[in-house]
Amino acid sequence: MILIEDLSLAHGGTPILRDINLTIDRGGIVALVGPNGAGKSSLLSLIARLRPLQTGRVVIDDLPVTTTPGRELARRMAILRQDGVFAGRLTVRELVSLGRFPHSQGRSTPQDRARVEEALAQFGVADLAERFLETLSGGQRQRALVAMTFCQGTDYLLLDEPLNNLDMFHARHLMQSLRRMADEEDRTAIIVLHDINQAAAYADRIIAMRDGRVVADGTPQDVLTPDTLAEIFGYRMQVTQIGGKPLVLHHL
Amino acid sequence: MHKRRLVLLAVLAVVSVAAFLTLGLRGNLAFVLQIRAVKLLALVQVAVSVALSTVLFQTVTANRILTPSIMGLDALYLFGQALLVFLLGGLGYAAIGGGWKFAAEVLIMIALAAVLLRPLLTARLDMSLLLLTGVTIGLLFRSLSQLLFRLLDPNAFAVVQAASFANFNALRADLTIIGSVVTFAAAALCWHLRHRLDVVALGREAAIGLGIDWSRTAALLLLVVALLVAVSTALVGPVAFFGLLVAALAERILGTRRHAVLLPAAALVAIILLVGGQAIFQHLLGSASTLGVVIEFAGGIAFLLLLYLGSRT
Ligand SMILES: Nc1ncnc2c1ncn2[C@@H]1O[C@H](COP(=O)(O)OP(=O)(O)OP(=O)(O)O)[C@@H](O)[C@H]1O
Ligand SMILES: [Mg+2]
Repeated sequence: MILIEDLSLAHGGTPILRDINLTIDRGGIVALVGPNGAGKSSLLSLIARLRPLQTGRVVIDDLPVTTTPGRELARRMAILRQDGVFAGRLTVRELVSLGRFPHSQGRSTPQDRARVEEALAQFGVADLAERFLETLSGGQRQRALVAMTFCQGTDYLLLDEPLNNLDMFHARHLMQSLRRMADEEDRTAIIVLHDINQAAAYADRIIAMRDGRVVADGTPQDVLTPDTLAEIFGYRMQVTQIGGKPLVLHHL
Repeated sequence: MHKRRLVLLAVLAVVSVAAFLTLGLRGNLAFVLQIRAVKLLALVQVAVSVALSTVLFQTVTANRILTPSIMGLDALYLFGQALLVFLLGGLGYAAIGGGWKFAAEVLIMIALAAVLLRPLLTARLDMSLLLLTGVTIGLLFRSLSQLLFRLLDPNAFAVVQAASFANFNALRADLTIIGSVVTFAAAALCWHLRHRLDVVALGREAAIGLGIDWSRTAALLLLVVALLVAVSTALVGPVAFFGLLVAALAERILGTRRHAVLLPAAALVAIILLVGGQAIFQHLLGSASTLGVVIEFAGGIAFLLLLYLGSRT
C-alpha cells in the first residue's frame, strides 16, 4: 500500500502540489491523468523520493520514504521518468541489467541474468541488446527503459508517460503486460497517461489532477463523464461506451 | 573483446615501464636504477591518480568533457599551498614535514572546493556555464596564488614554484610514500565501487531510483577526486588536459563506460603515455622537460575535438 498524506510542494513560492491525500492499495493499475503542468510528474518524483519532501508524508508498505534506506525502497518500487534519457556509451543489455542492481549490487546471479533476458524479450529489444542506446530510435529507447524498469522486479511501478514514442502495437502490448502483472502477480502500477482511452480500457482507478490538486478519483466509469472531463481538461467532450468501457472522443 | 584489449594495454604499460628503467643506462647501474625506480613510482602515482580522478569526476557530473582541472581543483590546491607559505613564511613552510604540509594543503583545498564547487555541481547548471565558472575559478585562484607570492619576499617565492605547466622531471620526493598510500587506497575504493559507479553514471534521479544514497555517494566520490588531484598536483604541478585525454582514449579503445573496464583501462593508458613518454623524451631524446608540453598539447586537441563533436550531436 502507498500512503500519501498532506503532501504539498512549492517552487520559489509557486505552489506545485497542494495538500494531496491518497491511499493506493496493492494490486491494480492506477492511471494519473491531467493537463500539462498539473503536477503529475512532481507527485511521482516525490513518491519515488527523487526530490526531498517539503511537507507531508509518503509511506510505502509501512516504510516512510524519507527515512528508509534507498536500497530497501529500490527493491519495492521502480520509477520510469518522463525524461529518462541517459548519456554515456551503454548497450541496451547493460542498461537493462542495471535494473537488477538493487538486488545484485552488480554481482549478478544466473537468476538476475535470466530476468534481464526475459525483460529484453518481453519488450522486443532482444535483437537490439548489443546496440548502444544513442543509436536507437526514440521508441526503441523508450522500450529499453521500460524493460529496465520491469527488470527491477518491484511490487510497485511508477511510470511517467511510458507510452511516449511508442507505436500502437507496443503501447497496447505494454498496457497488456501491466494488466497481466496486476492480475496475476498482485503488483501495482501507477502510470501517467495522456491517452485517456488507454486509461479507460486498462486502469482500475483514475486519479485526475489539475493545478496541483486531485480533482477526481474513481473508476473509469465514474471519472470519464463529460462533466468531470470538462472540469479536468477545460473543454467538453463526448463519451460513448464500447465493450462495456467508456470511450472518450477527445479529439473532436 | 574487452579482456583482450585490456591485456594489450597492460603489456604496453609493462613495456613502457621496462623502457623507462633500462633505456640509455650508463654509469653506476645500481645507483641509476634506484633513482629511476623512485621516479617511476612517482610517475605511476601521477598517472593513476589523474586517470582515476578524471573518470570519477566525469561519472559524478555525468559529463565527458569536464575534468577536475578544468573545474579548477588543482588551482585550489596550489592556492592552499601558497596560503600556507604566506601564513608560515618561507622558512616555516620549509621546516614542517612533507606529510603535514600535504595534509594542510589538502584540507584548505577541500574546504574551498566544498564551498565553491559543490553547490555548482549539484545545481545542475548547463554545461557551458559550468565550464565558464570552472575556468573563472581556476584563473581567480591562480592569480590569487600569484598575488600571495608577490606579497612575499623572493626567497619565499623560491620555496614553492607554481608552474603553469606540469613538470614531470622535477618530482617532490618527500611525498612518495603518502602519495602511494592515497593513490593505492583510492584505487582499491574505486574497484570496490565499480558497479555502483555504473549506476551513478546514469545521473542523480536514475541512481536514486536504483537505491543509491546520492548525496553521500557523490560527496564521497568528490572527496576521493580532491585527494587524487592533490596527489598529482603536489607531485608534478597542474595537468590541465592529461586526464581528459586519458579518459577519452580509454573509452575510445575499449568502447564502453563500464567502470570495471574503463577504470583499469584509463589507468593503463595514463601509465603508457606518462612513463613511456618520459622514457622516450628523457632517456632517448635527452629533453626531459618537453613531455609535459607535448601531453598538454595532445590533451588540448582532444578537448577541442570533444567539444566540437559534442556540440554537433
Ligand atoms: N524545477 C522546477 N522549477 C520550477 N517549476 C517547476 C519545476 N518542475 C516543475 N515545475 C512546475 O511545476 C508544475 C508541475 O510540473 P509537472 O512536471 O509535475 O507537471 P506534469 O503534470 O507532469 O505535466 P506534463 O503533462 O507536461 O508532463 C508545472 O507548472 C511546472 O512548470
Ligand atoms: Mg510530466
